[in-house]
Amino acid sequence: MYTVVKKRVLAKAIVLLEIEAPDVAKKAQAGQFVIVRQFDNSERIPLTIMDYDRQKGTVTIVLQAVGYSSTLLTKLEEGDSLLDFVGPLGQPTEIKNYGTVLSVGGGVGVAPIHPIARALKEAGNYVISILAAKNKDLIILEKEMRAVSDEIVITTDDGSYGLKGFATHGVQAVLDRGLNIDAIWAIGPMIMMKSVADFTRPLGIKTFVSMNPIMVDGTGMCGACRVQVGEETKFACVHGPEFDGHLVDFDLAMKRSAYYRKEEAMVMEKYKCQCQKEGI
Amino acid sequence: MASKLPRQEMPRQDALVRSKNFKEVALGYPPETAMLEASRCLQCKNPKCVKGCPVGVDIPQFVEKIAKGDFLEAAKIIKNKNLLPAICGRVCPQESQCEAQCILGIKGEPVAIGRLERFAADYEMAHGECKVEPKASTGKKVAVIGSGPAGLTCAAELARNGHAVTIFEALHVAGGVLMYGIPEFRLPKAIVQKEINGLRDMGVEIKVNQVVGKITSVQELLNIGYDAVFIGTGAGLPYFLNIPGENLCGVYSANEFLTRSNLMKAYDFPNFITPIKVGEQVAVLGGGNVAMDAARTALRLGAKNVHIIYRRSRTELPARLEEVENAEEEGVEFHLLTFPKEILGDENGNVKGMICLRYELGEPDQSGRRMPVPIKGSEFEIPAQTVVVAIGQRPNPLVTMTTKGLELNPRGTIIVDEKTMATSIPGVYAGGDVVTGAATVILAMGAGKKAAASINEYLATK
Ligand SMILES: Cc1cc2nc3c(=O)[nH]c(=O)nc-3n(C[C@H](O)[C@H](O)[C@H](O)COP(=O)(O)OP(=O)(O)OC[C@H]3O[C@@H](n4cnc5c(N)ncnc54)[C@H](O)[C@@H]3O)c2cc1C
Ligand SMILES: Cc1cc2nc3c(=O)[nH]c(=O)nc-3n(C[C@H](O)[C@H](O)[C@H](O)COP(=O)(O)OP(=O)(O)OC[C@H]3O[C@@H](n4cnc5c(N)ncnc54)[C@H](O)[C@@H]3O)c2cc1C
Ligand code: SF4
Ligand code: SF4
Ligand code: FES
Repeated sequence: MYTVVKKRVLAKAIVLLEIEAPDVAKKAQAGQFVIVRQFDNSERIPLTIMDYDRQKGTVTIVLQAVGYSSTLLTKLEEGDSLLDFVGPLGQPTEIKNYGTVLSVGGGVGVAPIHPIARALKEAGNYVISILAAKNKDLIILEKEMRAVSDEIVITTDDGSYGLKGFATHGVQAVLDRGLNIDAIWAIGPMIMMKSVADFTRPLGIKTFVSMNPIMVDGTGMCGACRVQVGEETKFACVHGPEFDGHLVDFDLAMKRSAYYRKEEAMVMEKYKCQCQKEGI
Repeated sequence: MASKLPRQEMPRQDALVRSKNFKEVALGYPPETAMLEASRCLQCKNPKCVKGCPVGVDIPQFVEKIAKGDFLEAAKIIKNKNLLPAICGRVCPQESQCEAQCILGIKGEPVAIGRLERFAADYEMAHGECKVEPKASTGKKVAVIGSGPAGLTCAAELARNGHAVTIFEALHVAGGVLMYGIPEFRLPKAIVQKEINGLRDMGVEIKVNQVVGKITSVQELLNIGYDAVFIGTGAGLPYFLNIPGENLCGVYSANEFLTRSNLMKAYDFPNFITPIKVGEQVAVLGGGNVAMDAARTALRLGAKNVHIIYRRSRTELPARLEEVENAEEEGVEFHLLTFPKEILGDENGNVKGMICLRYELGEPDQSGRRMPVPIKGSEFEIPAQTVVVAIGQRPNPLVTMTTKGLELNPRGTIIVDEKTMATSIPGVYAGGDVVTGAATVILAMGAGKKAAASINEYLATK
């Protein structure tokens, strides 16, 4: 059984869950993800590994309630457990000493950036992390990110904390200082990763993005997660989830992500009725 | 003479009714019909039928028991050679195996061996089972990777011989293609799970959610105390077409389409949360069992027109004959000697149709089948809002890639000694689709059994 040993609410609709999964913890590396299933009728939901503790045998995930399944997952309490917890899946981030690197996390994307920033710093990089969110309340894991970064830049869309603007403004601000950036990791909403990639493409700065397409098995069996990378079709679950952001076809990826919007709304509707009935 | 009797039909759900539900299509023989059909068998001294069966089921013996009404004994005889008869009776391509060789088939119709096998197995399931008692424990441990028919059979045979067996399965449910690929209406999942529970009763440990190559590796399994490893990971990596438009929304691999429907039960959406979408017009590319299953699933999910699009002609369709006929009866339309060269999308990135080419058959290729050749200028459009690609699968490299020293063929299949199923690594065996490429349930079982026999010998010397 995969028991929740710790829960923390990080922001509205964003929670951190530390889950007992010793075998997964033993192998987990930065950049990888797990797939979870809560109940017998649940979807298989991919979630990035935010942290792992090999001694304690736990894996930490951070999730945002965006639809039915993720909302239910955020309602898990300490002591509750998950039916399935598969991983670690996907390719780990290629960690080496690049020099000076930027790790950019947008919204809940700060969670998957965390272990990457840490590993990059441990490998000797000078790590500047950019945390971006809509407003101050949605900036998560600031303390944890400070601990694994040499510098922190914060941006909010409304200017309620740090610089006013998007993640790209944060990148701009760092570049304006005349620093030479050797590589960038950008993880967050698809639109944010696209704008960072578009921004760095003309500058020729190597930019890795972590794709989060719809997945089913996560083992390369179904092809649901395929993304167009340059001329090639790649399976995000086995070849990724990290890809060269300058080659990814984001427009196609965003369309593919929206394919089940109607069905997702249907389930949400059903869920609301259920909640009202049960008085939750 | 008994053989003057016609081959007995098996009752099936009416085509119009069944194309709207996911219940099993074929209903199985009632006992009287089974006995009648069994009485057609000539009890040949040198039974050809047995040679057609990849695992050599003692066909005349079990058929005779059915004719005499001794159904449990019939099941026992089958199980000596085939541990999963309720499954094989349903999904074996009998017309090219046992029944193809039946002497009655020369002038008339062969004995319905598959249907009889299914009958005996179902009867046994419903009326007290003949349990297999494992031998005394040998203290040896074997890891089996993958829980498809190859892995299940290998595990059962090893457990029978007193070895401690652990199956490592990547998905959350054991059974392989039997669970995620072949639909409920052809192979009820309760039957598969019953067979798997039989394994658990024999003491086989089944660990799900274990993606070998990620959470552990073959080498690690050997290091932590498994005396031997069997790899039965199947051929689960889908081929795509490499034509424009294949990443549009609404283009599914058959694996995805069937996994959503079977494993995740999307046909019962929104009670089950995984969605699936079918348009009014569905095009399924390919002509094998996988294509038939996808087409018939699409019909049941509410598609108005389902088209099977296949490059060769009808005689080359690799699917089981019975399923081709079932599909036709249910209203699936076949476009033979046709294949798309481009998939078309709308402004939202959704599929709206395909540009197809007509083909003619040219010279035979290496496999002996005549090569389909596109006819120049024959382009035409087929509208479709859902396209399912069912043109084949190859082995998933997660295990093979992470196993140092494992010799592979260029197509990614594992090289084994055909007599023993031993791979290039001592103590590591393999069988099923991961060795042969996509094949059949019974061949996978045969391979699992052969490997188990060699592992048994290997462990005795260890
Ligand atoms: C490799 C990977 C890592 C991820 N890491 C995280 C993470 O660390 N934290 C986090 O909060 N979210 C993460 N996600 C996204 C998360 O899986 C989706 O938010 C979740 O599946 C949505 O399910 P839902 O039922 O709540 O929402 P729905 O209402 O079903 O969908 C909302 C949106 O989520 C996406 N989505 C739906 N189903 C899936 C699916 N099976 N797989 C992927 N995306 C889907 C769709 O694009 C959709 O627009 C990750 C996704 C991937 C592929
Ligand atoms: C839709 C469909 C219909 C078919 N219809 C028929 C039919 O009517 N008759 C017939 O005879 N044959 C049919 N076949 C073919 C038949 O199902 C296969 O030949 C057979 O299942 C192969 O058995 P296997 O044990 O080798 O592999 P599989 O059944 O593929 O099982 C392999 C198992 O290994 C698991 N696995 C893979 N990688 C890993 C890993 N890294 N770690 C742990 N586990 C792993 C998989 O999840 C899977 O459960 C059909 C196939 C499909 C897809
Ligand atoms: S196992 Fe398959 S091939 Fe063998 S007798 Fe049974 S149905 Fe025929
Ligand atoms: S070949 Fe046909 S008739 Fe002869 S034993 Fe086999 S099933 Fe019976
Ligand atoms: S999720 Fe199925 S292949 Fe990637």
